[in-house]
Amino acid sequence: MYSVRLFAVRHSRFFEALYNFVNPAILATLRGITRVFGKKLDAPITAAEAGLKGLLFDCQMCGNCALSKTGMSCPMNCPKTIRNGPCGGVRANGMCEVKPEMRCVWVAAWDGASRMKDGDAIKSVEFAVDHRDKGRSTWLKLAREDMKQDN
Amino acid sequence: MSSTDIDVGKVGTNPGDPLPRLEGHVSHGRFERVLKAGHFAVTTEIAPPDSADPDEVLVRAAMFDGYVDAINATDGSGAHCHMSSLAVCAILTRLGYSPILQISCRDRNRISIQGDTLGAAALGVCNVLCLTGDDVGAGDHPEAKPVFDLDSISLAQTIRTMRDKKTFLSGRKLDLEPRLFIGSSINPFVPPIENRADQLAKKIASGAEYIQSQYCFDMPVLKDFMSRARDLGLTEEAFIIIGVGVLPSAKTAKWMRSNVPGVHIPDDIIRRLEQAEKPKLEGRKICAEIMQQLKEIDGVAGAHVMAYRQEQWVGDVVKRSGVLGDRKPWAPEKTDTTIGTVS
Repeated sequence: MYSVRLFAVRHSRFFEALYNFVNPAILATLRGITRVFGKKLDAPITAAEAGLKGLLFDCQMCGNCALSKTGMSCPMNCPKTIRNGPCGGVRANGMCEVKPEMRCVWVAAWDGASRMKDGDAIKSVEFAVDHRDKGRSTWLKLAREDMKQDN
Repeated sequence: MSSTDIDVGKVGTNPGDPLPRLEGHVSHGRFERVLKAGHFAVTTEIAPPDSADPDEVLVRAAMFDGYVDAINATDGSGAHCHMSSLAVCAILTRLGYSPILQISCRDRNRISIQGDTLGAAALGVCNVLCLTGDDVGAGDHPEAKPVFDLDSISLAQTIRTMRDKKTFLSGRKLDLEPRLFIGSSINPFVPPIENRADQLAKKIASGAEYIQSQYCFDMPVLKDFMSRARDLGLTEEAFIIIGVGVLPSAKTAKWMRSNVPGVHIPDDIIRRLEQAEKPKLEGRKICAEIMQQLKEIDGVAGAHVMAYRQEQWVGDVVKRSGVLGDRKPWAPEKTDTTIGTVS
């Protein structure tokens, strides 16, 4: 939802702290679930991630989540899906060139990042998304990467 | 001169080797040579024709002869269909011009872009400008599928990988890498203005070796931007070329300001055009004055003259500004431009 998305950017510092606090627990739980159930619970877990992140950030489930590096503003809401924005078309009032009724996702991102503890993460270059991951859970991906490293 | 007796000694039989590559240069091209020699460079934009006639490209390019160091061939600018940038560049390299291939991410995915990059280098193109591209909604085919597989920064990374690591993104080896001078764009005049220098830093980190900016009509904003860029050491890492525009009238300026994405024209420029007796001449004077001011700014390496539908005035503006000094950019000897004519 647009208004919730703007709220998340305004409170990016809080969401960053929340993420840093709960993320290890979520990943640990998912590692446990994966060990016991394999891939059987992937669908409900993915749906839960899509529901929660969809509500808060208008998450598009690209499967390559970068929210912590983009000021809590999801780059996939950019009509050009730019991962290193903004483009040069931003309107003088900070609104999107393509959707004049929407605040530029990347103006929001730099704004959100300026309030975050680790806001400088936005300055690192992100490569394009892996389109095979579309619709998949980033949480499960991270949990399984952790497990691979542990093994 | 007809198509059969091109002087191969001058043009080269292999368009991929137009000139020997100098020590410390990434490309064979003349444009990189001008910048690395420390000259104030002038570039411009050619409007690709809505035609399959190669002559039209040569006629349009000839208007700039002796005034510019490189010619950008736009890639479906404003999301409108025209002759492709690659084809325009290939026609221009035949005569020895130094075109800049523009690649927009709107219409092609990474497979197509990497193929075109190799093809461009094989056809003698030495410069590439990485762009994200306008949205399809801005053009005459709003029903088209926007691709945007990459963005301008990922695109620069991709070409850098191909050139410096000699592989495709997949890791598959290239027998000969595309020796391209990599450029990117920046618009310091629209929000988030305070972060535009950081954005420039990202573009340079991704591989950009030169930068061409959007239209500059606002000197104070540019000076702030350049000062931040200098503080970050960016002017040492890339050649920053600032865009300038030739405005024909106050009406056009107002139209551009409200309809062309990313164009910022302050009110005082519009007032000047309104009050001028000869607005067209005034527009050229404004452009030449801005170019003179650019040359005085530490870290500005050149000017990029964008004169859509006013291309015949590019030479006049460059001459008026005097930014080239005594230097005359390379131009091909006059030809009858009938090469490849379909009759």
